[in-house]
Amino acid sequence: MSTAFLAILCVILIAIVVVQIGKVVELAAKIRGEEEVQDLTNRRHGFYSLVFMVVFLVGCVWSAIYYKDYMLGFGPHVSASKHGGSLDYLFKVTTFFTSIVFFITQFALFYFAHKFSGQRGRSARFMPHDNKLEIIWTAIPAVVMTFLVIGGLDAWNDVMADINPDEDFVEIEATGYQFAWHLRYPGADNQLGARDYKLISGSNPIGQDWTDAKNVDDLHPSEIVLPKGQKVRVRITARDVLHNFYLPHFRVKMDAVPGMPTYFVFTPTLTTEEYRQQLKDYPEYQVPDPNEPEKQLWQTFNYELACAELCGNGHFSMRRLVRIVSPEEYKAWLAQQQSYYLTSIRGTEEDPNKDKLFDFEIKQRKQEFSDALDKAVQSANATDKVLKFNYVNFETGSANLTPVSKYELDNLAEALNKNAALAIEISGHTDNTGDPDSNQTLSQERAQTVFNYLVEKGISSSRLSALGFGQTRPVDSNDTEEGRQKNRRTEFKIVRQ
Amino acid sequence: MANVATQPGVQDQEDKLIEEYGFDDHFHEHHESDRYKSSFITTYIFSQDHKMIARQFLITGMFWAVIGGLMSLVFRLQLGFPEESLAWLKPVLGKWITVNEAGIGTLSQDFYYALVTMHGTIIVFFVLTAGLSGTFSNLLIPLQLGARDMASPFLNMLSYWFFFLAGVVMFISLFLSTGPFSGGWTAYPPLSALPQASSGSGAGMTLWIVSLVFFVVSVLLGGMNYITTILNLRTKGMTLWRMPLTIWAFFVTAILGLLSFPVLASGFFLLMFDRGLGTSFFLSEIFVGGKALDHVGGSPILYQHLFWFLGHPEVYIIILPAMGIVSEVLSVHARKPIFGYKAMVYSILAIGFLSFIVWAHHMFMSGVNPFISNFFVIFTLIIAVPSAVKVFNWIATVYGGNVRFNAASLFAMGFVSMFISGGLTGIFLGNSALDIQLHDTYFVVAHFHIVMGVAAFFGMFAGVYHWFPKMFGRFMNETLGKIHFWVTMIGAYAIFWPMHYIGMAGVPRRYYRFDVFETFRHFTELNKFITIAAIIVFAAQLLLVINFFYSIWKGKKMTTKNPYGASTLEWTTPIHADHGNWPGKIPAVHRWPYDYGKDGHEFISQIQPMAEGEQDGGGH
Repeated sequence: MSTAFLAILCVILIAIVVVQIGKVVELAAKIRGEEEVQDLTNRRHGFYSLVFMVVFLVGCVWSAIYYKDYMLGFGPHVSASKHGGSLDYLFKVTTFFTSIVFFITQFALFYFAHKFSGQRGRSARFMPHDNKLEIIWTAIPAVVMTFLVIGGLDAWNDVMADINPDEDFVEIEATGYQFAWHLRYPGADNQLGARDYKLISGSNPIGQDWTDAKNVDDLHPSEIVLPKGQKVRVRITARDVLHNFYLPHFRVKMDAVPGMPTYFVFTPTLTTEEYRQQLKDYPEYQVPDPNEPEKQLWQTFNYELACAELCGNGHFSMRRLVRIVSPEEYKAWLAQQQSYYLTSIRGTEEDPNKDKLFDFEIKQRKQEFSDALDKAVQSANATDKVLKFNYVNFETGSANLTPVSKYELDNLAEALNKNAALAIEISGHTDNTGDPDSNQTLSQERAQTVFNYLVEKGISSSRLSALGFGQTRPVDSNDTEEGRQKNRRTEFKIVRQ
Repeated sequence: MANVATQPGVQDQEDKLIEEYGFDDHFHEHHESDRYKSSFITTYIFSQDHKMIARQFLITGMFWAVIGGLMSLVFRLQLGFPEESLAWLKPVLGKWITVNEAGIGTLSQDFYYALVTMHGTIIVFFVLTAGLSGTFSNLLIPLQLGARDMASPFLNMLSYWFFFLAGVVMFISLFLSTGPFSGGWTAYPPLSALPQASSGSGAGMTLWIVSLVFFVVSVLLGGMNYITTILNLRTKGMTLWRMPLTIWAFFVTAILGLLSFPVLASGFFLLMFDRGLGTSFFLSEIFVGGKALDHVGGSPILYQHLFWFLGHPEVYIIILPAMGIVSEVLSVHARKPIFGYKAMVYSILAIGFLSFIVWAHHMFMSGVNPFISNFFVIFTLIIAVPSAVKVFNWIATVYGGNVRFNAASLFAMGFVSMFISGGLTGIFLGNSALDIQLHDTYFVVAHFHIVMGVAAFFGMFAGVYHWFPKMFGRFMNETLGKIHFWVTMIGAYAIFWPMHYIGMAGVPRRYYRFDVFETFRHFTELNKFITIAAIIVFAAQLLLVINFFYSIWKGKKMTTKNPYGASTLEWTTPIHADHGNWPGKIPAVHRWPYDYGKDGHEFISQIQPMAEGEQDGGGH
């Protein structure tokens, strides 16, 4: 508090001093005669103008040299994308022309002010206009502007052109929300699935419509990884307010607008590692990274994704890492990524596809089933002849099959059809909860349901038998939920082959 | 003052000229002619005298400039010294500073954004629109045209009081518990429409819109008056081509305001409907605060179109009056006619026209069709031509002059320097291809602060120093004025020039801290430097405030009517002019306003009849 008081006191004192100086000078002017003082002032401030001009212009040049490594297209600050080079070039051309105008006009303004500073007895030149001069200095900017406009528009229309559908490109998607980016890759089908903002929930962060098969293989990585030299189309969307997808090193910037997807197409040309190697030569990157002191700044450099449209109080923190890698590394990375749907949604309450299988799952399970069956058939060991239905389930407390169960039974029916020698015994089992007698009945009914299904599929009943064992043959402890879950099962045993 | 017509003979001669050639409107024979000046309240508060209203606009503008400037210092402290404790601001800012156990006070993020938003809103609208155009349009239009007052003094008074009301509402919003509006001065929805998205978008935004709607009313009442007065109340002989460039600038400014502010108001109304009535003009498919909203089919980009349809002309509403003032001040103090008067007028008209067809250059990266941007690039860069013409003409005005250096002429030259620097960076930003990288970076901050912030302030300062004697009958202290100029000139470049480099490196504007990103954290020292420069420059502005109020009561008295030897009409009124401006007849005009140094005369007043065979408008 006392420092604040002292500071205020100082300000007041300085103000008083300055006001007093002002008064003294005014008084002196009265004594010396106003005209003489004005002449002196003119000379003095004419000179100050000159000094200011020199210091200012030298300062401009000096600061530009000092900061040249941060200037667009200079030093290490080169573009890491294909189109970026044309923008950097345009920047340099524009800087060149504007600098000429800047230096000439600033020089002229202050130099003339100095040269023509007022003196008693001298009079100004009456020079109201000069049409020739005016035409010249209207025409010159017009011509220069024409060139800059043409150059600019040429680059602009090239950069902003959307993808040609038969081009080879990768499409990824970035969704801005308060305050982060959610990234999505299209997965193996190379297509992003449909979205509906009304479907957004804790487990469905961007509202993907899981009934759209294109969504099934979509990936949600936590960083942008892209192969060098590959054309990329970024589909840019926002969930709540405006954001802006900004990749400073790639000269990429586009607003993310709720309700209206935008896009930006670019081709990365330098991998993260290559960019680091370029930075290596610059002293400002040869200092230790404050976060990782054992490494230098160039070694820890990373491309970054930022937000460049005010989006609320966390606007400054929407960072994602961007890694550009070789096509091989990209392929390896992609192979490691797992579908968001299959890892986080499939089979949960939220999965609208609970009751059906996707083609690839049917295929996969068929393979799985036939492998297991083959193994059982070939095995000489009697215990190996018993197979559990992994995907056959019944509605709770009833003998009605759940819709997805029939896929596995279809697999079995197909195997039985193929191998006419095969005969099986179907057995139902329960856990020990409830009445043992009704468990016995339920398991018998369930086995019978499977039996009936197979008969319906054209398998002769002579090759089948159905038994219910109730809770009498547990395969695990009945004391844990996990164990009980294992005990509730339907199996079949190969009795003839 | 040197080079000045101090001989008393000149004054008598001028009075005689008015008496001889002037127009008698029998103003003083009417009983009601001076009725406006009957009591303290009608003289100083609800005054209908344009000269008093001008002073009201100026002082209110100064109040807001100090507030807006202080706000920028607080957020500059955050940007320059993010690790330093701001606990000492706790007594003023209260809960917006959180002090941790170690006693380190931090500015809250919400309030940082509120400060940035309020700084922009206040400076753009309250200071550089009302404070600049409101002050000098009011003061100079009747005086320089030879009118008794505005066409409607009553509407003129309302114009000020609507502005005052707008200020009161905005001021109240600063004290809301949820904070003032914090979504940027452009108030883009959905951020500005959804209280769930930002605490300032609740009551703070409601008051912000209400305030600005009052402000639009103020601008429209003022603008209608200015246009009507300029078209209808010019004195005998004052043809359009004999109007000073100040009047031309105010005229075009008023037209721009009249055409563009209603569009802003319509945008605000639609935004209010979206906020309060559940409409979906600007909102679509939004999930915020854990809920999917019902709004579908709206477009946030529509708001941006409506906003920038005002927003771009607005920057010319700010800069044109400054240009007019600078033209006049430079010419008077260079003792030379403004170079290329007609070209200057055509440039103003061209800039005014073009300002309506360039708005989408603020939106190149907003998701509008890239094809549309082609047109906006072309029109935007065409503006460089009339702007360049103006710059060359100002420089040519100084060339060959007999320049009288004082605070006014220094600020006028400072304006030209700033306008060059800031204008040239506009050529980068107007080119959509370069805007991809530069949009919303510190390069933009540097550009618009120099070209319409500092430059417009310089124009305003030039005007204040130049016409202060006209307003108060006394001079401001010249020495303080010159110190004020040099500190501000050097300091303003020290603040904004380095921002170009920060912007070229890609650092986005409106960031609370820069250290979240490796890419943006290279400028710690530079940001400190900028903050210190900002504090110094702000302190220099207090010098102006002290000088201003000190000089009102204690400044050197004006002894002659026309201290600068200017040829325009405002210097033919008595030093303390009553309502009605001229005690007798209204002066009649015989020539253009820039006869300086003609035919061996120091200056020739507009009321001086043409000599035999003399040509008007700079011909000779």
